[in-house]
Amino acid sequence: MDSCVKITNEWDIVAARQLGRNVAKDLGFGTVDQARITTAISELARNIYLYAGQGQVCIEKTENAGKVGLIILSEDQGPGIQDLRKAMEDGFSTSGGLGAGLPGVKRLVDEFAIDSTPGEGTLIKAIKWLR
Amino acid sequence: MEFREAMQEKYKEILESYMKDQNEQALYLSQKFSRKSIEHKISPEEIIILHRTALLELGIEAEADMLQSFDILLEVMMAYGIAYREHQNLRTIQQELKSEIEVAANMQQTLLGTQVPEVDCLDIGAISVPARQMSGDYYHFVHDEQEAVSVAIADVIGKGIPAALCMSMIKYSMDSLPEGRYEPCRVLESLNRVVEQNVDPTMFITMFYGMYNTMNHTFYYSSAGHEPGFFYNHQTQQFEELYAKGLLLGVDKKTKYRQFEKKAEAGDIILLMSDGVTECRTKDGFIEVDTLLGYIKKYIHLEAQEIADKVYKELEFLQDFELRDDFTLIILKRIK
Repeated sequence: MDSCVKITNEWDIVAARQLGRNVAKDLGFGTVDQARITTAISELARNIYLYAGQGQVCIEKTENAGKVGLIILSEDQGPGIQDLRKAMEDGFSTSGGLGAGLPGVKRLVDEFAIDSTPGEGTLIKAIKWLR
Repeated sequence: MEFREAMQEKYKEILESYMKDQNEQALYLSQKFSRKSIEHKISPEEIIILHRTALLELGIEAEADMLQSFDILLEVMMAYGIAYREHQNLRTIQQELKSEIEVAANMQQTLLGTQVPEVDCLDIGAISVPARQMSGDYYHFVHDEQEAVSVAIADVIGKGIPAALCMSMIKYSMDSLPEGRYEPCRVLESLNRVVEQNVDPTMFITMFYGMYNTMNHTFYYSSAGHEPGFFYNHQTQQFEELYAKGLLLGVDKKTKYRQFEKKAEAGDIILLMSDGVTECRTKDGFIEVDTLLGYIKKYIHLEAQEIADKVYKELEFLQDFELRDDFTLIILKRIK
């Protein structure tokens, strides 16, 4: 299946959410976890739309030792993040919203990895395991 | 049964009971339920699903449309859920910071610790209470072989951690003054140079430095913009200000300090303090100096340490136990 959504405008965020929800549903995630997955996708896609201009969000299925999980890959060629530690710190979201931003995404998923190079872009991999 | 299933079951019971006859008991149980949920870190969005599941299981008549509306509620509550988790994390961080500051405060106590000297002719008392965890006030005694008791009292303008860090520096520069007795004005001049060179220009320190000569019972003193002390004349039972004028430490490295002296007779008392004492504030404004001296006089017959403790208690009470500034009071009483 086509598992990536290019993010160039705000409506693409909705498309990415929809893709994530469909996959999550297929894998058997419950309602709350579906909502968590789509919220995480929303945040990541929104970051691309707001700060990078363009990039893409991909959804993949994964398996590890009998566990099934969903991978969210967010990739952009934007300005990157200068201070990753700060970006991952609670209460420092540039959007100013309480609990929003990358720390919020990290809390919604089970695994979270980020790699960012200033001037080159950001790559984020998040995994939610099916309980 | 797993915890979450148990919670689901409990929620269902409460809901069922309430749907029957809208009783207050069920509402009270709901309150207890939410307490327990918070204890177990159940986030708001999970509660929505608990509710929806309970509705379904109870077979409460609900239109399909009605159940779908929970999707919107769930989505809206997601952000609250994230904010809630962030809040919990920030709380943990705050706890950690707090205990770190406590460790630092204890360390400060050790670093700045000073022993009240024991001298035959003097009864000495001292009390120092920080407004927050760390103090920007500092006092220090030195008792040298030539029968002089020196006392320093200093106050960093500002309070909390920056003030405390600054004070540690003052303490070390005092410790590193070359051995031997120094006249108060020389001590201040020397410290002034250290502060001028090492401290941020926005930070100022006031200090009162005095030396009591136990041979001729004369108190020599100089002040760097510090709160004036008081002298209690036992004979006349009157207070007078220990007048000393001088620029704050760290303003100008060439500052010279004037030295003053005061002869003490038996029963006379020297009182030194930080501005946390004189600027003790009540809801009606600062207390008058006379009020402060009144308290001191009330206890003047007691031992020096007792006077200091009692005066602090009175002022603490006056301020509704809310110290706004670091409080330091030192009392030297000539007893013979």
